[in-house]
Amino acid sequence: MPVESLPIADEAGADQEFLYTLNFGPQHPATHTTLRLILTLDGETIVKAVPDIGFLHSGFEKLGEDLDFNQYVTIVDRMNYISPFANEVSWHHTVEKLLGIEVTPRCKYLRVILAELARISDHLLCVGAAALDLGALTAFLYAFNEREKIYNVFEAASGQRFHPGFSRVGGLMNDITDDVVGLIRHFVNTFPKAHADVVRLLNRNRIFVDRTKGIGVLSKDEAINTSCSGPVARASGVVRDLRKDEPYLAYPDLQSAFKVVCATGGDCYARYLVRMEEIVESVNIIRAAVENIPAGPVNVALNDKVTIPDKTATYRSIEGLIQHFELFMWNRQWTPPVNEVYAATETANGELGYYVVSDGGPRAWRARTRPPSFIHFAVFPQLMEGHQISDVPAVLGSLNIIAAELDR
Amino acid sequence: MPGTMDTLLAKFPGAFTIAAFKDNARVEIPADKAPGVLFAVLKCLKDECGFDFLVDVAGIDYLNYPNAADRYAVVYALANTKTAQRLFVKAFANDPDPELPSAVPLWKGADWMEREVYDMFGVVFAGHPDLRRILMPAEFTSYPLRKDYPLRGLGERHNFPTITRAES
Repeated sequence: MPVESLPIADEAGADQEFLYTLNFGPQHPATHTTLRLILTLDGETIVKAVPDIGFLHSGFEKLGEDLDFNQYVTIVDRMNYISPFANEVSWHHTVEKLLGIEVTPRCKYLRVILAELARISDHLLCVGAAALDLGALTAFLYAFNEREKIYNVFEAASGQRFHPGFSRVGGLMNDITDDVVGLIRHFVNTFPKAHADVVRLLNRNRIFVDRTKGIGVLSKDEAINTSCSGPVARASGVVRDLRKDEPYLAYPDLQSAFKVVCATGGDCYARYLVRMEEIVESVNIIRAAVENIPAGPVNVALNDKVTIPDKTATYRSIEGLIQHFELFMWNRQWTPPVNEVYAATETANGELGYYVVSDGGPRAWRARTRPPSFIHFAVFPQLMEGHQISDVPAVLGSLNIIAAELDR
Repeated sequence: MPGTMDTLLAKFPGAFTIAAFKDNARVEIPADKAPGVLFAVLKCLKDECGFDFLVDVAGIDYLNYPNAADRYAVVYALANTKTAQRLFVKAFANDPDPELPSAVPLWKGADWMEREVYDMFGVVFAGHPDLRRILMPAEFTSYPLRKDYPLRGLGERHNFPTITRAES
């Protein structure tokens, strides 16, 4: 987009010739992904920041109208690709609400455990990358070391490290093995030490604190008014966590295992602290859940005709074969009610919701995503005003903007 | 929730219908009433009923949808941060000039979300401070999430002008 068409020229009028415009991005190490800022500067102070987004727009929501409920999981994986499984949980949570499916207790627990692992992975990347941008390379390496173990868990469970595509309507692609439980147990036992290392490196690190405290302050009223959710809102004192407010999946059983983490500062440091403490709560959830995974099937019963039967059933029984056929022929599949539904889950970035409109066919008529990155990035210009240009990476890092989710 | 609906029914009689599915309660405002009453309904919900949080603004195109009366809909998903209640306000609009009042004076968060609806569906929000395209390039002429826009596009992608380094 040419600079002339953006609403910046009128701000820096002829009487303010000392202001100048700096193009930040779309390719810049500190944006991590593809987004562009046009900064109007007075010396090093930012007078106005105008984001220009859409570089990664790939029509995900249009694809959601063309792919069926199971196929679209590969696309939601790629929205917030830092915690893909949480997106899958959110998507199928909405679809199952539309179809009226109650998943099995085992599936609920597995989804919760893996989604919490995804949350830890997301928070670690956010904290590590934010610290990296502020010059703290060691914390980044410690964080990525732990993320590697989480990827190993996903690889063992689903066969895929980055985009597991593990969730299915009415259950999961396959049940997990005891090896996966072992990996999760090992992670939960070894992770607190790594977490403490990062905390010791950053919490009282004078450079880190100086560069994040009082930077990008978002007040509580502003956070509510600008629709912020998740860690960004909770760092501003908004006590809102869907896991507590409207518990879904296995969270009703796990209420005593975790607390809602809040802070009142509303600055980058508060957002960092909230993320670090949320990681601790997530570990507590996983620790409580992994020892209580219920036995039984991971998918809803074959008779409900919503889940893909496992391969043994497909090849060895006539019912399984018919069911497999019914779910893969594009003109058969599911028959949801002609209605629309919104459901949301608490992902690492905030409330990730889907508004699914159905015309009775196996594809969504409209698959609207409520993207937390998009909504948080809208706040960015007002957070930046009056700050230095060197605060841009600090604020960007603390908001955890994932451009694939931002542009979809 | 009954309290909210009573307040709305008393203040805006006949302006909307109520629908519900699972735990979603929806207030649906038809296209002939929406431009006049949508902003007042949202303001009443925000100021009097405690729905202080705008969760989402979603555009929908109902072209050839079963039993649809109006073409476009914009859904304002609201939440109450104190009681965790949710409410969905759905306002319809029609061709040739789909227009609805903007909610930006109530919630700053509506800014980008309404821009996205405009970008994808061409629904104009009257009173929006900065209604530009947000995801698609400024020179794009279609509204890609409309149902009459094909999945593979209209060839825009292949007709992009190429700029050489000397021209840039």
